[in-house]
Amino acid sequence: MRRYLGRKLLIYGLTFFVAVTVNWMIPRFMPGDPVSSMLSRANVAQPAAVEAMRAHYTAMFGFDLPLWRQYLNFWGALLQGDLGISIWLFPTPVSDVIVRAVPYTLGLLIPSILLSWFAGNRFGAFAARRKWLDNTVLPFGYVLTATPYMWLAILLAWALGIVAGVFPVAGAYGFDLRPSWSWTFIGSLAQHWFLPFASLFLVAFGGWAIGMRNMIIYELEADYVNYLRALGAPARLVRRYAFRNAILPQVTGLALQLGVLVAGALVTEIVFSYPGLGHLILQAIQNQDFFLLQGTFLFIVIGVLIANFVIDVAYVLVDPRTRTGMGGAA
Amino acid sequence: MALKVTDLRVYYRTLRGEVKALDGVTFSVADGEIMGLAGESGSGKSTLAKSLIRLDGRMRHAGGTVELDGEAMPLSDDDAMDEFRFRKVSLIPQYSMSALNPTRKIGKMVGELLESRGERPDRAELERRLELVGLSKDVLDRYPIELSGGMKQRVVMVISTLLNPSLLIADEVTSALDVSSQKAVATTLLGFRDRGLVTSMMVVTHDISLVYQIADTIMVMYAGRLAEKAPADVLVNAPRHPYTMQLISALPEVGVRYEDRRLTGIPGNPPSLLKPPGGCRFRDRCPLAFDRCAEQPPFAEVAPGHFVACWKAE
Repeated sequence: MRRYLGRKLLIYGLTFFVAVTVNWMIPRFMPGDPVSSMLSRANVAQPAAVEAMRAHYTAMFGFDLPLWRQYLNFWGALLQGDLGISIWLFPTPVSDVIVRAVPYTLGLLIPSILLSWFAGNRFGAFAARRKWLDNTVLPFGYVLTATPYMWLAILLAWALGIVAGVFPVAGAYGFDLRPSWSWTFIGSLAQHWFLPFASLFLVAFGGWAIGMRNMIIYELEADYVNYLRALGAPARLVRRYAFRNAILPQVTGLALQLGVLVAGALVTEIVFSYPGLGHLILQAIQNQDFFLLQGTFLFIVIGVLIANFVIDVAYVLVDPRTRTGMGGAA
Repeated sequence: MALKVTDLRVYYRTLRGEVKALDGVTFSVADGEIMGLAGESGSGKSTLAKSLIRLDGRMRHAGGTVELDGEAMPLSDDDAMDEFRFRKVSLIPQYSMSALNPTRKIGKMVGELLESRGERPDRAELERRLELVGLSKDVLDRYPIELSGGMKQRVVMVISTLLNPSLLIADEVTSALDVSSQKAVATTLLGFRDRGLVTSMMVVTHDISLVYQIADTIMVMYAGRLAEKAPADVLVNAPRHPYTMQLISALPEVGVRYEDRRLTGIPGNPPSLLKPPGGCRFRDRCPLAFDRCAEQPPFAEVAPGHFVACWKAE
């Protein structure tokens, strides 16, 4: 077990290093210059003052150093937990900007990932045994899972937000409210949360339901099921065993899908102007904000890696076969 | 009489029509009898074995009756058959290596299976049975993947016989094993009967030389029908059906080289069971065939306990 975890940690460490390096490179190789955009925002007319400010900002963000130095300084600061200062929201530190956005993204992601996984698997297993459901609802699942997140999001916003007028289509809470622990605020929060959540949930739900339905049908043909049936085991026991075995590939699938879901959440946030990380990324790119972009990506990389690690450990717990394969000890 | 099968017909539904894999077989197995069931691939031996415990989705019970200890078995009623399964008729499947749920410890799986059938799991008895087949009680705390193929097979043999069934069907249990494991399995099967854990047994195989070691009687099937049933000695040494004769003479011998003596086979192929020809189904390949073979010969008793379906055997 320790060797297995050690190997996994090494792989995760390597992935982390490569991902962070790429994150550092992407904004720097984008066309455009963040300092000039800051200067143009400052709206200073005197050329001498502009030059002084340019020199000040360039030195402050360390853009005057050679690239390799910038890279080393970046790692040095990162290891001390310093993500730099946002250019877009100057002079707020990037970590503060991210901390403000994270609850919104997690509030969308965690419920939609877990609920769609849970409900999709249950429904798929149920539909596998009901011919009429299999023929009516599952084809709809194929449509759902093939739908791009943002397209479904736009569709939902149009149908339920604009035409029906049931849900608001932008923001995380009403424009006339300030964050507080009042029922009005929480109600508004939930109302604004529903559509982005629904669009993420529905797409993922379709995928899980189809996967589970196929796995259950496969498992019900397996030898151990035939043996149990030959010994007269009731359908209840057989279904329980089949579900337990069919869920294993779905756990792996969850690890694989995580990145896709995170990306989907980012795009969905942009559609609904939801103030999470996706919204931040868009703003960071538009404002040439290297540090914010780096910081947001870093946060996403860490999140996906941690989630994958948790799934790895969970898989070891649910599938005994991986345990014996790890140390060779039976 | 433990098992009495009368004119049993089981057909497979296919897109091109019904395949008459089991087309009217009548025989019986006595209390305490170990019957070997031999035949080539496609002869219907596995279909017969499966029919007696569980028809799969493609199989249809087209006629005939089966009685076990005087009780009629409702072959086509899957729910009603549950009462017989495990308690009165049990199966050691062909796929013993993969017959155990991979994500349950063996002891737990057996407990859950017994409870689901309304039986009280008896740990001490289970351990005693494992000991009989040479397994330690530790296997109950293991997952199937932790056991070797031979161990898994022995575990399955123990589980299948746990409720002391009247009839145990062993379907090609030795086919995938090396000779020493084959011997161990054969001895274990014999032990089950001798200790009274199972009353009668049906050992399905294509290996006549192996089943000869343990069987009291051997029944040979051909193209969905019975060819011959006789005490093991008689069937091997003095067969009366031309198919059995050729089948026995086609067995390879150790020490004979191909250059010295060619291994003889039976020329031709079995008929298609989609639209089987009338009369004796072996007649196209039979060296003794004559006019009367166009008529189906009865499975008649030519000597005590010796049944043959051939006009020439009388």
